[in-house]
Amino acid sequence: MTPAPPVDERVGSPRLLDRLVLRPEIGALLGALLVFVFFSAVTERFLSTGGVATWLDDASTLGIMAVAVALLMIGGEFDLSAGVMTASSALVTAILATRLGWNVWLALLASLVFALAVGALNGWLVMRTGLPSFIVTLGTFLALQGLNLGVTRLVTGTVQVSGMRSAEGYSSAGYLFASTFTLGGTSFYVSIVWWILFTVIAATVLVRTRFGNWIFAVGGSALSSRAVGVPVVRTKILLFMTTAGAAWLVGSINILRFTSVQANQGIGLEFQFIIAAVIGGCLLTGGFGSAVGAAIGALIFGMARQGIVYANWNSDWFQLFLGVMLLAAVLVNNALRRRAERARR
Amino acid sequence: MSSSLLEVRGIGKTYGSVIALKDVSTVVNAGEVTCVLGDNGAGKSTLIKVLAGVHRHDAGEFLVDGSPVRFSSPREALDRGIATVYQDLAVVPLMSVWRNFFLGSEPTVGFGPFRFIDRRKGRSVTRTALAGMGIDLRDVEQPVGTLSGGERQCVAIARAVHFGAKVLILDEPTAALGVKQAGVVLKYVAQARDRGLGVVLITHNPHHAYPVGDRFLLLKRGRALGTYEKSQISLEELTRQMAGGAELEALAHELRGVEGDGGVGG
Repeated sequence: MTPAPPVDERVGSPRLLDRLVLRPEIGALLGALLVFVFFSAVTERFLSTGGVATWLDDASTLGIMAVAVALLMIGGEFDLSAGVMTASSALVTAILATRLGWNVWLALLASLVFALAVGALNGWLVMRTGLPSFIVTLGTFLALQGLNLGVTRLVTGTVQVSGMRSAEGYSSAGYLFASTFTLGGTSFYVSIVWWILFTVIAATVLVRTRFGNWIFAVGGSALSSRAVGVPVVRTKILLFMTTAGAAWLVGSINILRFTSVQANQGIGLEFQFIIAAVIGGCLLTGGFGSAVGAAIGALIFGMARQGIVYANWNSDWFQLFLGVMLLAAVLVNNALRRRAERARR
Repeated sequence: MSSSLLEVRGIGKTYGSVIALKDVSTVVNAGEVTCVLGDNGAGKSTLIKVLAGVHRHDAGEFLVDGSPVRFSSPREALDRGIATVYQDLAVVPLMSVWRNFFLGSEPTVGFGPFRFIDRRKGRSVTRTALAGMGIDLRDVEQPVGTLSGGERQCVAIARAVHFGAKVLILDEPTAALGVKQAGVVLKYVAQARDRGLGVVLITHNPHHAYPVGDRFLLLKRGRALGTYEKSQISLEELTRQMAGGAELEALAHELRGVEGDGGVGG
């Protein structure tokens, strides 16, 4: 737009507002601002550096998953197994490192391969059968849940795996995934850096690369995409693998920070990921959304969850807040979509 | 005959026990429009799906530039210069005009993991290519969904022309459009033809086919009812063959609308 293209008389100047409305993350940004201002005013600890470190940390692991799930949703699919997958990959790492005595790095590599394989299986099943990903990944969700409990009990006799601290290579791996850094006298978890890094990479891939273009295309209309030569199957399988890979990252952050993992961990989180992505502007029907928006959606989550604690309210209110937030986001998104899809025949 | 871009000889396709297409032959030459006409269920879709590489024929011969082919994917057909524009599947509505224009063939800058879409080039090339086809768009950054049905078809046609298609297959490009919009689309079909492309125009409306067509293949219940050069058949005869004389009055009305209008709609 820089070298002043010939001005069309049909393009008026109030298009700035139209442009903003077409940005999927704009609603989430306003919501985040609102939540931020509210809790800053209501509580004192919210704005303290310690407070900021806490709600950023709360948002970080959720944010990594929300961004990955957002990419998948823009590509037109769901992954209900994403929450349990964070536990599964952590369990694989922990069992290999503590029971079989593997080096932590080797165990991490093995659990990454495991996660990517499950992701590829999800994608392959969805593409092969043509069934809704909702039902296919509900299957893998249940299967992984059973596997987590069954295998853990078989190996350890309990429902948790612990003792990561004594495993070989723990300190170096922990440094990468679960250390803290000091900024302005307060220590922040490194997971916040992972979250920001992951969001930047995802946002760049989404809007600046061919693969990103294909994500929008396969979610917007898989048949049209196929007709112009977009590799639909490959794109979608890679998206499922990305989600599983992100679950591995979050699982690794968790296992190295807490040094133990419960076999029933992660259940129910999959809906939080989807909610954060929707609050961030993703359409449930695919083809529209934003990685940055999903990260902001997770930020709203973290701020509200911790803000409610700081305000000394009962945490029951969090669910109410969540429900209202989700409904508002869906209504806004729906209006946006209608605007974008409005056809003049 | 050797100069034909596309030729099918006695082509056939069955789905299980259903004979969708049997013994159909036609040619597509450069700078000519071959119209495929037929009512619903006549086998039009099956024929174009074979031509576009979506399905494989199981009888007869399919020749591209004189050599027999069996495509296993639409990509393969595209690589041979056969582009297909589907009625409702032409574009992704939520994506911008220029992203749609370059979908599947995005221009990039950089290398390795730093290969990014060249957005400036994408926008400017799209604007130029559309202008070259006489399509005047307000803003290539707007979602395609905000365009009219006719404009969407035009974007898809311009895309195929830009990416060097030799054969353009149009599946019912005018079916969902009003009379005026249909006229606009037919104008671009003629423009693609004048640029030397071979065009396959699928329609069930002889009044849309006749003004731009050079050759007419009539299908009925999966078989060829006849192939006519334009000089061999009048519009009245074509319509009679198609509709069996019915609905003539209603269609004649629509014809007047198409021929009398050449302006840009919307």
